[in-house]
Amino acid sequence: MAEYKLTTPLTDADMEQLKAGDVVFLSGTIHSARDAAHKKLFELLDAGKELPFDLAGSAIYYVGPSPAPPGRPIGAAGPTTSYRMDTYAPRLYDLGMKASIGKGKRSDEVKAAMETNKGVYFGATGGAGALLSNSIVESTIIAFDELGPEAIRAMKVKDFPLLVINDCYGGELYVKPNLDTAE
Amino acid sequence: MREIQAEDVVEAVAGMCMKANTELPKDVRNKIEQAMAEETSSAAKEVLRQLLENADLAMETKLPLCQDCGLAVLFVEVGDDCKVVGGNLRDVINEGVRKGYADGYLRKSCCDPLTRANTGDGTPAVIHFDLVPGDKLKIFYMAKGGGSENMSRVTMLAPAQGWEGIKKYVINRVAEAGPNPCPPTIIGIGVGGTFDHAAKIAKKSLMRDLDDTHPDPEIAALEKELEEALNELGIGPMALGGKTTVLGVKITMESCHLASLPLAVNVQCHSQRHEEVVL
Repeated sequence: MAEYKLTTPLTDADMEQLKAGDVVFLSGTIHSARDAAHKKLFELLDAGKELPFDLAGSAIYYVGPSPAPPGRPIGAAGPTTSYRMDTYAPRLYDLGMKASIGKGKRSDEVKAAMETNKGVYFGATGGAGALLSNSIVESTIIAFDELGPEAIRAMKVKDFPLLVINDCYGGELYVKPNLDTAE
Repeated sequence: MREIQAEDVVEAVAGMCMKANTELPKDVRNKIEQAMAEETSSAAKEVLRQLLENADLAMETKLPLCQDCGLAVLFVEVGDDCKVVGGNLRDVINEGVRKGYADGYLRKSCCDPLTRANTGDGTPAVIHFDLVPGDKLKIFYMAKGGGSENMSRVTMLAPAQGWEGIKKYVINRVAEAGPNPCPPTIIGIGVGGTFDHAAKIAKKSLMRDLDDTHPDPEIAALEKELEEALNELGIGPMALGGKTTVLGVKITMESCHLASLPLAVNVQCHSQRHEEVVL
């Protein structure tokens, strides 16, 4: 398994070198969006309006951080379960998003969209929200403030630790359960 | 009749919300350390190492262990010979949750089911009351995360399916959940009662310490059998493979209707944030 340091915006070449199991330390700006924010992004897309950030080369982080306590840029900020965004992700990959960041399984449609568009799916360690927040140096709400924890934030990250779960060649890191015991 | 002041309940509940969300309970920490010693895969070890580092950091900074500070779930045992003065007990508990989630900079994750509008203060909490003998008020608190809750199920088995049917259902549920609920998980199981009651006792099973042993040796043996079977799935921490798919299995069994075998499987993530207080 290889280790890479990548910086946003992400390119096709960045994605093509990644294989499931590789470790990536990501720097630059990523955007938070989860259930409610995705719904609103799609309302904008359907209405032909501009999105609050540029999708080209972007990485969307499925996260709803806890409130920032005094003296810190953000509260705990680990990944939420990704399958809830599966209905939205293919269209976003089609429109230039290069990576999504979360935890848990993706649908066949999302995997196909990653193969078509040279995209990847990164996993961050679920339940390590305090630790992951250490790699977020700045966080600014840029849209949908009314959604509270679900608002879209521009997050400046430095060496954010990620694992490639699904690469753009159909490779997947998650193990298949050994179900012999249940039969 | 012994009197308990409402403000003491508010403070106790607020304190539990803040402590549970920032200090990984000892029983959970011990299990993770033990799992780390037993794992041979480097990926599994690395995930567990991160979880321990996360717990150290949360303790030191008072940041929550996880951004999902849960829906507040409380089991309240009210002694027959005590009463809370200065407010309705449900309101007082919600006031404690409100205070804890505000003062602790915890994420408020309670919303309307259809409009999805956030209630803004982490309430209303899910509160289960029970009447017990004595003059004490005992409150169990759990920060129940949504990701693992979504992997939980209730089913009505046929009585003929028995223990083998229960075991098969639970194994398939954990296998199907895979990486989604943040393994290694803790599995709370309710067997018996009715459709609703099975779910409630499954949840209450999760309030037990991970290192305890069920007082009924037969159920203790079933817990062990199921824990071993689940760990043979090989899912491991964050589904990267390994020996530790679950940190524990906790079963509660109660009597049920002649026609039924209700089964509830309540999945809890590794961040098993629970506290209890006696007033």
